[in-house]
Amino acid sequence: MIDDLLGWTEYVPELAGGLGVALKLTAISLLLGYPLGLLLVLITDGSSKLLRGLGLVIVEFGRGIPLLVLLLIVYQGLPQVELTPTAMVSAVVAFTWSAGAYSTEIIRASLAAVPRGQSEAADAAGMSDRERFRFIIFPQAARLAIPPLMNLAVQWFQFSSLAYVITVPEIMQSAYFQGTVTFDYLSVFIAAAFIYAAVTIPTSALVTRLEARLGRHL
Amino acid sequence: MIESLRYIAIGIGATLTITSSAFVIGAILGLPLAALRRSQFMVLRAMARVYVELVRSVPPLVWLFLVFFGLPQAGVSLVPLAAAILTFSLIAAAYMSEIYRGGLAALGRGQWEASSAVGLSPLDTARFILGPQVFRVVGPTMATYGIGLLKDSALASTIGVVEITFRAGAEAQRTGSGLTVFLTAGIFYLLLSLPLALASRRVDSRLRARYSIA
Repeated sequence: MIDDLLGWTEYVPELAGGLGVALKLTAISLLLGYPLGLLLVLITDGSSKLLRGLGLVIVEFGRGIPLLVLLLIVYQGLPQVELTPTAMVSAVVAFTWSAGAYSTEIIRASLAAVPRGQSEAADAAGMSDRERFRFIIFPQAARLAIPPLMNLAVQWFQFSSLAYVITVPEIMQSAYFQGTVTFDYLSVFIAAAFIYAAVTIPTSALVTRLEARLGRHL
Repeated sequence: MIESLRYIAIGIGATLTITSSAFVIGAILGLPLAALRRSQFMVLRAMARVYVELVRSVPPLVWLFLVFFGLPQAGVSLVPLAAAILTFSLIAAAYMSEIYRGGLAALGRGQWEASSAVGLSPLDTARFILGPQVFRVVGPTMATYGIGLLKDSALASTIGVVEITFRAGAEAQRTGSGLTVFLTAGIFYLLLSLPLALASRRVDSRLRARYSIA
């Protein structure tokens, strides 16, 4: 009976390699996506009309189109214009695009949430625009932005499962392969669910604690 | 090009079927789930909480595969469309219950106290006092979640539901012009989410005006 109930655990080690790929995909696309988000904030709030329009299109497409479709646009679409990125590179491009679009909104909201009086006080104290951003606005906005940006990271780890569709050897790809060999689909996907939950639940709990800590003096 | 457009557009029906069914079923199932989170019995509270946490900590694709590929092993075989609707409804119920919970938390304790003071039963309190107030507050959040559900429904293509993304894939194979075809599919999703986004913004600004929320 216990053996029946815990039969799925034997598949967990088989998926470890997939977990590594999933974490790598998540990490790379966030390391590229966060700076892209900041860049998009600067562009969409900037003075150049052309860049503003371009930034807006990138953000709206990145947020409004399902990530699965973005993946397919990159992986199956770019060959139409003579570009053939590998599955992993395609996944990184699509995930970075979407992560940049979402973090743009988070960063913009955090900057806007810093009270106006802070800017005025910085001006009154004779700070330059640069100093005002560097010492007054940025540190306060960063405190607000860190928890939602980390939640985004947890979400992106879950999204990494989509890369299965374009044959990136992540967790779901490994699970599906095991399923085709053993026909024990129920057990392999329970093992996959276990791995996602085992990473997501502690990380989310950590973010919640961090949020409380960072919000202490706000 | 026009031919591709027409071919993909037929998938809108299935996409909307999945999205709207899961939205409605999730919105209904979310109610008892939210009530359980406030139950006086710890076991019920814990069960509801475990359900919500478990659903949210595993990607939708995994649930979809568990239902479609895994359940037949337990004797339950579903056609792709039914599997997709069941999966997204169960996921939506968890998220909706959290949305309701947030809305309930926004109401003051006084609402309960006043209701019991005038002798309303718990059910009447929920129906006449809490319900109308909560739904006003959570309307925009529900609309936003609806957009998320619309985008998630693209996953149904992986188990063979013939919706927008599935049709786009077939058309890309046939014509070889993946970029045009998948961009078209993407723009369909953007257009479909537009009404929900506008509705959410309108309700939001009307509520803000009426209740003068900052």
